[in-house]
Amino acid sequence: MSATIDIEHPAAASATPGPLLKRRRHGMSDRAIAWLFITPTIALLLAINVFPLIWTIQASFTNYRANMGWLKVRNVGTGNYSDILSDPDLWAGMQTTAHFVFWSILFEVVLGFGLALLVNRKFRGHSLWTTIILLPMMLSPAVVGNFWTFLFQPQVGLFNYVVSFFTGIPPSSFQMIGDVGLAPWTIVLVDTWMWTPYVMLICLAGLRSIPDSIYEAAEVDRASTWRTFWSVTLPMVVPFLMLAILFRAIENFKMFDMVNLLTNGGPGSLTETVSITLKRAAFEKWQTGWSSALAIILFVAVFGAANIYVKVLNQVKRR
Amino acid sequence: MTSASTAHSVVDATARTKWISGVIVVIYALVTITPLLWIFLTSFKTSADAVAYPPKVFSQPSLEGYCNLFNISSRQTPEFMASLPPPQGYCARVARERGMVIAGPSKTPGRLLNSLVIGFGSTFLAVFLGTLAAYALSRFRVPVKDDLLFFILSTRFMPPIAVAIPIYLMFRQLGLLDSYIGMILLYTAVNVSLAVWLLKGFIDEIPREYEEAALVDGYTRLQAFVKTVLPQATTGIAATAVFCLIFSWNEYAFAVLLTSGNAQTMPPFIPFIIGEGGQDWPAVAAATTLFVVPILIFTVLLRRQLLRGITFGAVRK
Repeated sequence: MSATIDIEHPAAASATPGPLLKRRRHGMSDRAIAWLFITPTIALLLAINVFPLIWTIQASFTNYRANMGWLKVRNVGTGNYSDILSDPDLWAGMQTTAHFVFWSILFEVVLGFGLALLVNRKFRGHSLWTTIILLPMMLSPAVVGNFWTFLFQPQVGLFNYVVSFFTGIPPSSFQMIGDVGLAPWTIVLVDTWMWTPYVMLICLAGLRSIPDSIYEAAEVDRASTWRTFWSVTLPMVVPFLMLAILFRAIENFKMFDMVNLLTNGGPGSLTETVSITLKRAAFEKWQTGWSSALAIILFVAVFGAANIYVKVLNQVKRR
Repeated sequence: MTSASTAHSVVDATARTKWISGVIVVIYALVTITPLLWIFLTSFKTSADAVAYPPKVFSQPSLEGYCNLFNISSRQTPEFMASLPPPQGYCARVARERGMVIAGPSKTPGRLLNSLVIGFGSTFLAVFLGTLAAYALSRFRVPVKDDLLFFILSTRFMPPIAVAIPIYLMFRQLGLLDSYIGMILLYTAVNVSLAVWLLKGFIDEIPREYEEAALVDGYTRLQAFVKTVLPQATTGIAATAVFCLIFSWNEYAFAVLLTSGNAQTMPPFIPFIIGEGGQDWPAVAAATTLFVVPILIFTVLLRRQLLRGITFGAVRK
């Protein structure tokens, strides 16, 4: 983490094979090796990702139920899709997801960017403390969701105790997980705890990619600290910030594991993100056809976002 | 913003701003690490101390949680207890104090073994396939290379539950549900996309001159790959392997839907460690501690490569 974080030089990335490498007399041809090396990976991805995807598209037009294989599978055309898009419960789930995505990313960006600015001051020991801050994002979201339920225990949990210590509210008077008003914020809180370091690390890379010479020039121009921040620091960090925001947005849009173990979508279906709806429809109600259609809708949304993500990624890479 | 007091240079912060920044960062770090420390402390508490009010920071250290994690105990009548010979070993003594006897080993060692086998198996395969593909994509002209790279990465963005629906049916058909082979193949497929992107970044950085020299010396392309590229890519391969291992180790969604016993890994197992009357928190905390410590160690070792890992090799340190 320490010392230098800078972006590769453009020259290093895009070298093309020299003419020397094309003509050789023995061994396999480069073409053969290229295909031999790439094919297994592509074959695996076709088998595990693309083939199931095609199957899902097919199933999404039927009323297939995977637990009742004996039922005659009927083609329902686009029935599942129109069902889903006109289902008020599903739109409520989308709103839940949007609330979760919006607020968690907002907090992560504010905290992460702030921390990155502070860490970038390179105070003594910053490397050690940065490493400590990074730890939560490497953990298993499922295990994180599970142990936070312990911290959120109404009477004996550490979180409630700390809140009551500072505010005087009795620790048994509120439930972070069971309360209708608090539960949507509980998942935001835990996600922020876990993923702020992610945003911080990427912002830090952005800050360190800014050459000192630009700051020196701003100083010569007698630009104020604010002005330097708005017209030098921020614009230079924005592509990195976009990278972090897009990735977190995709990940949180499809969030399943942490929320499933923290609130299990409850109370009621108040924290039921779209992935939890999908899991319930597919593996508890066994509406395979209907959930395939929902899966396709999710996939299209994620695929679109991933496309933008990769564009930003390539833009950052060229810096 | 935070840089308010630096009237002169922004490049070199003054001693005072450095000091203030340091204090804020340290406070954040301490707050953020507290939940983890709390779980660690809880794993060394007795069941009563774990749920005491007010919460006890320091308590009589006990390995009860670890005992309960690895053993199944059952409650017995006082008469039966009185008829038993004195307990052998620490865990038996702790159980005896609670009016229980150890009935046998728990499922924990099996689940840990599953996590290790599936984690290492899928990591090995993903890194093996990823190294080959990354080399080819780094060094050769491959038609539609950019589309191929995007396709490889896009598979990683698929929502796991959406993928799990057809995979569940496919595995059921092939008899791969709840099996090592099924889980290893699935995790390999998820990891290989990261492996290709990361390793391509690492291999791009190895100068071509070494290989070209080897080729001039009469090596075949394959020999040049094995003798010059692989040795120089060792750090990259090791870092990639650790990222793959951490993913497989942490994965929950596929594991909970596609495994139930034989191949169940730790993440879906830990929430179901229960004692008499609900979750046995010291045992859950013990399992969490054992599960998390390897990741923490790897994170510290990997800290210089983390940025690459979370940006698919695009942003280097």
